[in-house]
Amino acid sequence: MSGSNVLFDAPGPRTVARHRAYSLVALVVVVAVLAWVVYKLHQAGQFEGDKWEVFVTPRYLEVIVVDGLLQTLKMAGLAVLGAVVLGFVLGIGKLSDHRLLRWPLWLVVEFFRAVPVLLLMIFAWYTLGISEPGTSFWAVVIALTLYNGAVLAEVLRAGVLAVPKGQAEAAYALGLRKTQVMNIVLMPQAVKIMLPAIISQCIVALKDTALGQYVLAPGLTRIYRQIYLQFDNRVPTMIVIAGIYIVVNLALSWLATWLQKRLVGEKNPLDLTRVGNQQGGENTGGAA
Amino acid sequence: MRRMKFRAAAAAVLLASALAACGDAGEDTEGRDVEANENAAEEFDDGTRMKELAEAGTIKVGVKYDQPGLGFMEAGGDVPTGFDVEIAKLLVADLGIDPDSDNVEWVETISDNREPFLQEGRVDLVLATYSITDERRQVVGQTGPYFVTGQQLLVPSDSDVESIDDLKGQEVCSVTGSTSIDRINEAGAKGVGFDSYSECVQKVLDGTVAAMSTDGTILAGFAAQNEGQLKVVGEEFSEERIGVGYSKDRPEMCEWINDVLEDSFEDGSWAEAFELTLGPSGVETPEPPALDECAA
Amino acid sequence: MNAVLDDLDAYLQAFGYTLALFVISGLLSLVLGTVLVAMRVGPVAVLRAAATTYVTTVRNTPLVIVFAFFAFFAPIINIRFTWLDVHIGRFDFTELFGAAVASLSLYTCTFVCEALRAGVNAVPLGQAEAARAIGLPFGGVMTNVVLPQAFRAALPPLASVQIALIKNTSVAAVFGVAEAVAQMRTFTNSFASQRLGIFIAFAIGYIVLVEVVSFAAARAERRWRIA
Repeated sequence: MSGSNVLFDAPGPRTVARHRAYSLVALVVVVAVLAWVVYKLHQAGQFEGDKWEVFVTPRYLEVIVVDGLLQTLKMAGLAVLGAVVLGFVLGIGKLSDHRLLRWPLWLVVEFFRAVPVLLLMIFAWYTLGISEPGTSFWAVVIALTLYNGAVLAEVLRAGVLAVPKGQAEAAYALGLRKTQVMNIVLMPQAVKIMLPAIISQCIVALKDTALGQYVLAPGLTRIYRQIYLQFDNRVPTMIVIAGIYIVVNLALSWLATWLQKRLVGEKNPLDLTRVGNQQGGENTGGAA
Repeated sequence: MRRMKFRAAAAAVLLASALAACGDAGEDTEGRDVEANENAAEEFDDGTRMKELAEAGTIKVGVKYDQPGLGFMEAGGDVPTGFDVEIAKLLVADLGIDPDSDNVEWVETISDNREPFLQEGRVDLVLATYSITDERRQVVGQTGPYFVTGQQLLVPSDSDVESIDDLKGQEVCSVTGSTSIDRINEAGAKGVGFDSYSECVQKVLDGTVAAMSTDGTILAGFAAQNEGQLKVVGEEFSEERIGVGYSKDRPEMCEWINDVLEDSFEDGSWAEAFELTLGPSGVETPEPPALDECAA
Repeated sequence: MNAVLDDLDAYLQAFGYTLALFVISGLLSLVLGTVLVAMRVGPVAVLRAAATTYVTTVRNTPLVIVFAFFAFFAPIINIRFTWLDVHIGRFDFTELFGAAVASLSLYTCTFVCEALRAGVNAVPLGQAEAARAIGLPFGGVMTNVVLPQAFRAALPPLASVQIALIKNTSVAAVFGVAEAVAQMRTFTNSFASQRLGIFIAFAIGYIVLVEVVSFAAARAERRWRIA
């Protein structure tokens, strides 16, 4: 079902009038709610200048961008790189014909998909040594790598399995060996299908870096905490930090859509939302 | 300095916003000026940790970063502020190291990692609202206290609560995983955990929880910030003796720390540090506590 | 591990809270997600825009911030859960629990909405056309024809959304709910030497929950598959 307008008839004059009435009521309700929120915030003094001044002070803007955003992007970026590598290793391993290889990897993938990322972070941090410098950063990277790698392994496996059977059969018929079939025929097609999924996973990773503050990792949420502790402006800081996350994520989503259109065409021939029955290529809310 | 270059580049990227930006938030909280002891290296005996540190001219100190008034690092700051930090500066200066220079490496510690930090030599001293307990003394050296406080309750001004006994079965806020939560639960109330004390204050103010509980000094600070809305009540249902942590392998540090603390009690620098850091939030400067004897 | 075995009660109680958070938020997120998807594909433009804005905003916000919103922002605008005060056995469901459920369900419902929207798109065009041809209005088309099929088509992604929710409940640990991760931190602070064992014990708890949901979803999928 493409466009959603097949769900209802083209409205007649009476329906148009009714819809107009609905729209008006809905608009009034939405505006009223927003106005009420703004009023309440104003009443609580959340719009006072000194609560916002920090966000126009160059020194703190620099901190938010350099110590906050860049660190967050760095952790997410490293984690996604690691996850892609790990995803390939685990994904190909899971496709192996050897049971001895397939089963332990299946266990590994299931484990890291089922354990909350927050728990993984805390544990990675303990393991790396909570007394070493810089381990928090790597604890976040490792936890996100393990989790997203396990997810991408499933995506890769599904991508390879989704390539029409005839392709592999034809390749074997030509006399190609197993690795050749994988490398020359199956993988290039699977990767193309996977790309949007990888970017969706970037969004998941980026959002999950927010949990890093609980293991003392740098990043936006840590700056958020330092700023509101110093200036007692939790609500404005929350709004600013959430805004930054939303803008970056929207840019990534836009990139995902663009890539998908470019590489796969308007229609996604293989529905990756059906991967496994767990975490698909879709951004399913991340995990914590 | 790659980092500096990086910062410069980022600052350039920020040009547009920086031009529009005209705010001037934040104030310089320098803390006390503490003069470094100039001939420190000669004062200590050979083979002591103090001598090693004085000769090396650098030291690593673990403090908290999230406790305004005690140990707090502001966003983008270089040197933390607070009472713990001021005491640390006195110790550092006694070794002949300028406490405001780069020769002091401040390391963020949280409750989880204070012992590992000292055991593995990651830091030389810990001053991070570090209560002296017998269990901790099994694994690390602790002396002091430079400060005595106890767990109390912070409640709304119009609350009838007088002690933790009035809160049986009710929710009392503290920090997730802290010993305060255990004590709350032991007392029959229900401990609920948040990420920091200031979040608990918010929850007491908006009435979600009946009270919050942790060290009295921290509570007094919050009460002063919210005068007329919050008050500290109850007997201290635990005594927390805040001390300095050092490596158990270096017992000679104990005498030295005690000497520095004793001097600061006598020459008024201890009281000055207190007024400067905890004073503004309305905590009255108490009498300096009595120091523990060092094991011979 | 011994620390956990010695205090199995605390362990089970903590997972009790995790389970309660999951079940209640899960059901609410399904209901809210359905309402959202109806708004998003419906004929009223303002509702469409409102639902789209909401989904886009919340989907791209880290869950921690959504939690912070309900803990510190919502009370300012008088959104409170003080009415919630239920005590069942040793479990207390109070305002903090209410705020956690609100955060989790309002966050998860955006993903439910997206999964359902994909499901709606998977329903063959002729179905909706036939429904309209027999004179059903939008509400009828949705509730009688499209949504029941969309739910089936969306089952696998819905299952992954719910599994993500199980794991997301762990964020409630720092917002006043004594669920599994909060309990784990209490354990690891008191028994530092047994960290690995404690970690494994709690990981197993989550794996069991996730596998139960996976299994149920796989069964449901087989059973309700559209031929």
